[in-house]
Amino acid sequence: MLDNFNFRIIFEYLPLFLNGLKFTFLISLVALFLALITGIIACACRISSIKVLKYPVIAYIEIIRSTPLLVQIYFLYFGLPTLGIRVPEIQTGIIALMLNSGAYIAEIIRAGINSVDQGQIEAGLSSGLNYVQRMRFIILPQALGVTVPPLLGQAIVLVKDTSLLSLISVVELTRSGQTMTSERFMPSEAFLTVAFFYMCIYFCLKALADWSQRKLIFREAY
Amino acid sequence: MMAFYFSRLVEIFPFFLTGLWMTTKVAFISLITCTLIGFILGMIRASNNVLLKRLVGIYVAFARGTPFVVQIFIVFFIFPEWGLQLEAFPAALLAMAIMGSAFVCEIVASGINSIPKGQWESAASSGLSKMQQLRLVILPQSMKVIVPPLVGQYVLLIKDTSVVSVIGVMELTRVGWVTVVRIPEGLMVFALVGVLYFSISYPLILLSNYLERRMAI
Repeated sequence: MLDNFNFRIIFEYLPLFLNGLKFTFLISLVALFLALITGIIACACRISSIKVLKYPVIAYIEIIRSTPLLVQIYFLYFGLPTLGIRVPEIQTGIIALMLNSGAYIAEIIRAGINSVDQGQIEAGLSSGLNYVQRMRFIILPQALGVTVPPLLGQAIVLVKDTSLLSLISVVELTRSGQTMTSERFMPSEAFLTVAFFYMCIYFCLKALADWSQRKLIFREAY
Repeated sequence: MMAFYFSRLVEIFPFFLTGLWMTTKVAFISLITCTLIGFILGMIRASNNVLLKRLVGIYVAFARGTPFVVQIFIVFFIFPEWGLQLEAFPAALLAMAIMGSAFVCEIVASGINSIPKGQWESAASSGLSKMQQLRLVILPQSMKVIVPPLVGQYVLLIKDTSVVSVIGVMELTRVGWVTVVRIPEGLMVFALVGVLYFSISYPLILLSNYLERRMAI
């Protein structure tokens, strides 16, 4: 099956792969950070009672959730230039990932907040806390414990999703596999190496997610 | 110019419908295969056979740990080296089956594991065989836990069919990609593609929400 698997060529191309890995890391980190901010803002709008904020955000979340990420990436990639906005591919990709993950993160946070028992809020009310104080001292500390494992799950999804940016010619891990294939036509060496690197990232994040599921905080809230 | 491109887009609309049909076909076939294989694997994963369990675990880790694009490339470019040459369409179906059944497997396994041990024991003491215990006692109860996330997973699988456009399957995303070369209105073309995807997956999202509420304990 793999009798003529050529390790030498992998070592020869290792700098290419490491460069790809570096960009996958960078893109994931930046996109995750921005998506967290987007998600928090979107969630705040989603649970607010102001209709002007609430309904557009609902539309945003539902649209993102029911269309594929690849279509969203192409939409921005081919669409932004027609609006006269010219940005590099990598930024287009990060914006697409940010919008996509932001919607999912908003839903995750909302599920966390909803999981806090109604009685807790009433207890806060009767202790004379205002909305911000209730959020700060009662709801968010409890919601956080429920939110962290699925957020790490979303981080795993986000890292895998960065591979789609290779299709709009952003240089990252999958792209370096494609580059090597087109230069040497050795797809098994190229893509199995790429898969190996993704697996490494996956196992690290998975271990972190499992750990947070076991360890994380505020269990006594249930 | 906008109006001109719009009328071109209306002219070309049947082309999008063929893409939609292809997407539906890929999605439908792979949903069925993923469910079948996923249920079998999930039962193995929740069983007591250590060796088989490990093997399925490795497979699931691979399928969940690598991006779908990479898996498609592996199926389309590497399997031929191992003696399995496939056209784009069967390759897409195979890649979807590999990826999707791993996710279904995890859902089924966690559903089966959510049933208390006592149920197995009482089924065994009623004289049911291992297979009967699973089929008559455990699975019907775990369906409550399995079905809502399963429908959610179906939505994700339908969306993932967009990725098979990279190996040239003429489905919706690919149609959009081909069209945008001729009609350079990216916003309009991909908004249309998005609307068509929305029309398939939004009903399923609503169904998933409904099932989640309905089946909540």
